[in-house]
Amino acid sequence: MTNIMHILGFQQGGWGAALLAASSVTLALSVLGFILGAALGATAAAGRLSPRRVPAWLAHVYGTVFRGVPDLLTIYLLYYGGSIALTQIGTLFGSDGFVGLPTFATGVLAIGIISGAYQGEVYRGAYQAVDRGQFEACKALGLSRYQSLRLVIVPQLMRHALPGLGNVWQLVLKDSALISVIGLVELMRQAQIGAGSTREPFIFYVAAAALYFVIAVVTASVFRFSEARAWRGMVHA
Amino acid sequence: MIDFAFFLEIIPVLLAGLPLTLLLTTASMVIGFFLALLLALAQQGNRRIVIWPIRAFVAVFRGTPLLVQIFLIYYGLGQFRPSLQAIGIWWLFREPYWCAIVALSLNEAAYGSEILRGAIKAVPRGLTEAATASGMSKLLTLRLIVLPLALRNAIPNYTNEIILMVKGTSLASIITLMEITGIAQGLISQTYRAVEVFVAAGAIYLALNFAIISALNALETRLTPYRVRA
Repeated sequence: MTNIMHILGFQQGGWGAALLAASSVTLALSVLGFILGAALGATAAAGRLSPRRVPAWLAHVYGTVFRGVPDLLTIYLLYYGGSIALTQIGTLFGSDGFVGLPTFATGVLAIGIISGAYQGEVYRGAYQAVDRGQFEACKALGLSRYQSLRLVIVPQLMRHALPGLGNVWQLVLKDSALISVIGLVELMRQAQIGAGSTREPFIFYVAAAALYFVIAVVTASVFRFSEARAWRGMVHA
Repeated sequence: MIDFAFFLEIIPVLLAGLPLTLLLTTASMVIGFFLALLLALAQQGNRRIVIWPIRAFVAVFRGTPLLVQIFLIYYGLGQFRPSLQAIGIWWLFREPYWCAIVALSLNEAAYGSEILRGAIKAVPRGLTEAATASGMSKLLTLRLIVLPLALRNAIPNYTNEIILMVKGTSLASIITLMEITGIAQGLISQTYRAVEVFVAAGAIYLALNFAIISALNALETRLTPYRVRA
């Protein structure tokens, strides 16, 4: 027991501070990836809902591919694909080594692309759940398309989207552990490093699991709070 | 521009990983399903001492990354080799193959038990009351009324679970198992052609998903013929 406290402690030679710092990297990675995913997802939803064929088809392919292919494969595509392109550009300028992409940015991009595919489905469903009468009311009031989206549709759409977004967020948080494979020192990678150097893998992976669990539980309450807020003023049936 | 010869070269190489992907998926889904059923049924009573540990298990396995679970079982439990050898289950935790199946099965048991719990709850109360009124025992009601209806209703959710499991098996490549994603990563670092390898491996996964979805939709249609409208 004293051994565990010593390894995970905050004193000299303890890993507590490193694990907490890595947790904040995980959180930053997940939040930024989720935000990028929101932008991509909103675009994809707009594409899916578009009456024109090409955007609808492109959005459909995007959603199908990135929800159907293992996330690890997507991460390899972005990291190696990007690095290979960068290395080739590097050789043009006389560099002769492998140029790796910055891992944090690649991680955000990967999580953004993957979660965007899931968020697109959430937004599309939520848009369709908004009462038709609201669109007609916007027209009757003479609101422009942008005004009706911003003032009327999106606030109501969020009510239906929040539970789904909460699920996607949990997915994002867990997916962020996969970014460790490209060498970014987030929580998972930090646990691996600690496990390797102390030869105590069990303690480190339990600690990592506990930290992920705490982040998941705490952030879930943010979604619950937002949901309660989004529904304020509505009488529950 | 598109190098078909390259695709023809890598597709058979990638397909060599398909049996392992299928094996991991099937083994983990089957073991996970039976564990999930046990967990869901155990929660039907209202004994807190039974329900509470199950809820904790489900929350932990759903709230932590699969990769952490795999590492915990493969590397973490390896630390307890002498004790595991003493009770004779070291063979299970020595092989990455078994570790992957244990981790994926436990993960699936957690997700699946929630699906089945919901599906059992959704069986109309009137049906079980009718069964009791007909003098059927609890076990008989479960076997003839509740489970057939619950399992049939769980099919759409289970379809999603199988797709997630197919994707989840890719993590086995991190503990050295060369399934499709593992082979793909090897190919990328050998050939430096990430996009082509991604397209080929992705196509295999999408075809697999499509086959699974079609098969389960067909099964659902067969089991609920009255719901199909022309």
